[in-house]
Amino acid sequence: MEYHLTLPLTEEERSRLRAGDLVYLSGTVYTARDAGHARLTALLDEGKELPFPLRDAAVYYVGPTPEKPGEIIGSAGPTTSGRMDPYTPRLLDLGLKVIIGKGKRNRAVQEALIRNKALYFAALGGAGALIADCITAAETICWEDLGCEALRKLTIKELPLTLVLDTVGGNLYESGPAAYLASEQQG
Amino acid sequence: MRTIMASRITETVSALCIRANLYLPDDVRDALQKSCREEPWPLARSVLEQLDINQALAAEKSRPICQDTGMACLDVELGQDVHIEGDLEEALQEGVRRGYTEGYLRKSIVADPLRRVNTEDNTPAFITWHLVPGEHLRITMMPKGCGSENMSRLAMLKPADGAEGVRNFVLETVREAGSNPCPPIVLGIGIGGSFDKVAALAKHALLRPLTDRNPDPFYAALEEQWLADINALGIGPQGFGGQTTCLGLAIEAAPTHVAALPAAVCISCHATRRMSAEL
Repeated sequence: MEYHLTLPLTEEERSRLRAGDLVYLSGTVYTARDAGHARLTALLDEGKELPFPLRDAAVYYVGPTPEKPGEIIGSAGPTTSGRMDPYTPRLLDLGLKVIIGKGKRNRAVQEALIRNKALYFAALGGAGALIADCITAAETICWEDLGCEALRKLTIKELPLTLVLDTVGGNLYESGPAAYLASEQQG
Repeated sequence: MRTIMASRITETVSALCIRANLYLPDDVRDALQKSCREEPWPLARSVLEQLDINQALAAEKSRPICQDTGMACLDVELGQDVHIEGDLEEALQEGVRRGYTEGYLRKSIVADPLRRVNTEDNTPAFITWHLVPGEHLRITMMPKGCGSENMSRLAMLKPADGAEGVRNFVLETVREAGSNPCPPIVLGIGIGGSFDKVAALAKHALLRPLTDRNPDPFYAALEEQWLADINALGIGPQGFGGQTTCLGLAIEAAPTHVAALPAAVCISCHATRRMSAEL
């Protein structure tokens, strides 16, 4: 199925989507990757406030190329999500509802997604030039010392995403190849 | 004896860094477009179409194909009758520094693997030297992303494992990598040598155009067979399922010890970038 949705997604919207659905997503997302997640976790450990509200938030795992003068952002495709697995269940339990990245997640992340009725989407890996056209605003919130890993607030418009992990345990990385191979055997 | 100025080398490397990140090599682009025409699975075909649009847009808008503009892997063939006026190593590093800064490329290198502070100019480049006969200097820049590099593996197999053992190791590596390295992937496979040599072979194999086969018919046949085996796994573009898991693979073999069968698989992504210049 194909959907056009705007963040934050309601529980009804999140529960309706299934692994394999194509979603054109609009709204506000925050960027974080390896170093950003380490800092978010450190802040939580210290009981301090995070630089953005986690409740119903969407996080995009991206470290863009520097924007040229006059550009909003450089190339901005997803990075491999599995490196954020150790940090992710805790963020989901605190209200994070949408994650955008690419590649496999571990069992703990999948369980936390189901438990919190949250979603894991894949953006098109290695298509940073194309994805940049779906980002209409970008603002660095903090951690500029991290360079490409600085925490940014992005406004996305109709960003094409494929749902990989849904709220009922569906996993496109398993069902997609299985469906293709089954079609080959029949073919 | 021929003299080449270090400043010219710096300019060349700087331009290579920028251009390699904007323009997909012809052979990789052709393989991507061919896979798109031949892919029977609709979701896979639509992903491949988007990847082709992405590389065309990158060239048109001078925007990097991928935000991971990589480690600067420089493969340098230095003719032994060349004299460099200036510091060759520093000339190469300065070229990378300039290219990544002036080209608005991402700086992805940390100075230390555990303390992890970014060097902010993407140096140091990782340089592989080949001393060859002649008077030429050939530099190939391969920006290597780490989504794929992280999925690469090395195994010290037993001689009894043979070609079948290496094949199984390759397939297991690709299956384990799954969606992570941005399939459709390109594979460089090293067989033989020593622990360190085999990894270098695998990396070097990624420089061979996808249109070429290993000149040794024995290895050329293995390349054809293993490519077909990988594409039968069904992983597909982005790991969503499909026929197109691997755009091409190259094997490089080297003499080894009687007791050894080292094997290395260096994974690269659909945006396998490389560009050469000869001075």
